[in-house]
Amino acid sequence: MTKEELIEKLKGIVKPYVKNEEGFNNLNEHTDFLNDLKINSANLVDVILDIENEFDIIIDNDSMEKMLNVKAAMEIINAKLAEK
Amino acid sequence: MDNRVVITGLGVVAPNGTGIPDFYNAIKKGISGIRFYQELKDFNFSCCIGGIPKVSEELKQQYLTPLQLKNFNSPGILYGCMAGIDAWKDAGLSINENSNTDWDSGTVFGTGSSSVEKLRESFYKIDAGQVKQLGSTAVVQTMVSGVSAYLSGILGLGNLVTSNSSACCTGTEAILMGFERIQSGKAKRMLVGGCSDHGPYIWGGFDAMKVMSYKHNDDPEKASRPMSATAGGFVPGSGAGALLLESLDSAVERGATIYGEVSGGAINAGGQRGSGSMTAPNNEAVQRCIKDAIHNANIQPDDIDLINGHLTATIKDAAEVNSWATALNRKGKDFPNIHSLKAMTGHCLGAAGAIESIAAILCLHHNFIFPAVNCEDVHPDIAAIISPEKIPQTVLENNKLQVIAKASFGFGDVNACIIFKKYTE
Repeated sequence: MTKEELIEKLKGIVKPYVKNEEGFNNLNEHTDFLNDLKINSANLVDVILDIENEFDIIIDNDSMEKMLNVKAAMEIINAKLAEK
Repeated sequence: MDNRVVITGLGVVAPNGTGIPDFYNAIKKGISGIRFYQELKDFNFSCCIGGIPKVSEELKQQYLTPLQLKNFNSPGILYGCMAGIDAWKDAGLSINENSNTDWDSGTVFGTGSSSVEKLRESFYKIDAGQVKQLGSTAVVQTMVSGVSAYLSGILGLGNLVTSNSSACCTGTEAILMGFERIQSGKAKRMLVGGCSDHGPYIWGGFDAMKVMSYKHNDDPEKASRPMSATAGGFVPGSGAGALLLESLDSAVERGATIYGEVSGGAINAGGQRGSGSMTAPNNEAVQRCIKDAIHNANIQPDDIDLINGHLTATIKDAAEVNSWATALNRKGKDFPNIHSLKAMTGHCLGAAGAIESIAAILCLHHNFIFPAVNCEDVHPDIAAIISPEKIPQTVLENNKLQVIAKASFGFGDVNACIIFKKYTE
């Protein structure tokens, strides 16, 4: 999967939780889920569940804590896919 | 001096009508919302009928956002939000997610039990070792205060935000709690009401108690028969009712439509002594509650034009009518008109008092008495106390109602009675 394809998939996953449309339209590798997309922090667990379902991976607690932005999410997803 | 409290907004999601215009039309025509549900039969219920409001997917989306509806499985909260938002808008108040917190407005929005479907779903996940799959909303949907929490966020409420719970008294109690808050000057506006889930997981316990109607699975609309000689238990219902209560000063200042006044009320309990038990009312407590409400509202028993009873269509109906007659000291032809909305909606449990109060206020505002359907054969014990003509079989229009008494009684031997009065300066 290319970087662009992965970002597109993530965009689809986070869309329902986004409270800042501008941040969403400009979503890129450096986008922060809380600060740029204004996702309610409680919803981060839902984003992670949706990522798990989409990619059929399990994200452990340590990885969850790090998944605060697009870049970290991409790294973790790639790592978990590689382990499969 | 105490503030006067008026009703400036109404919202309802009932088995026989979603939204005030639908509901108003239904109660006037005596339209039933009771239907047969195959699911209940498949689960071996004795009572396979019930009252469930009709709410389409499109309608849901007008009240809750796609995010709020994600993993959402709480019909009671949905109905509560719909009724609450309707009542708020009906009062001419606006909804803006970017507005400032409204420190003068609060809510008391009750429920008998919260989101059993969501709880069940969660338990299955936990038992399967999948606690993580609960996501972020299992708590807010299953906490008893879920409905008031959702409403507070949608409307920006900054005064008291809470959910009361007192079984079938819940809705009526919520109105009185909000009333007292405004009366004492602690809030200007209170959104009050009650909501209830539906389905086998909430109704099953009642079915097991054999207190629900089981002889009318083939003709559901005839099943709920308050005050009838052939009453055979209550029919379960669900939904929500919401009232926007407001200080008279605030209502007048805003130029709001005033549907009526809450002139007083009372809440008490029978302590499960005397004739009272966990599931049966202490008649002395019921009578005290009615008398206290009359006293608190500063009216006379003779002022009451209409009683909107609790009257669930069980063997306790006659005892309730006797309590009213004793408390008011009015019998035979001197007794006020009396009816029970449950004949059309079933018993909406935690929502009952709120939905029934809305029916009462619509009667008061539009000068009519909805028909006591399914009571063509008045129970002889009731006919011995009051004249059967006081239980109107057809709608009575152009009835200049001034005062309506509404009561609800609940498991735990708890009671609440409200006096609604036509508003006059």
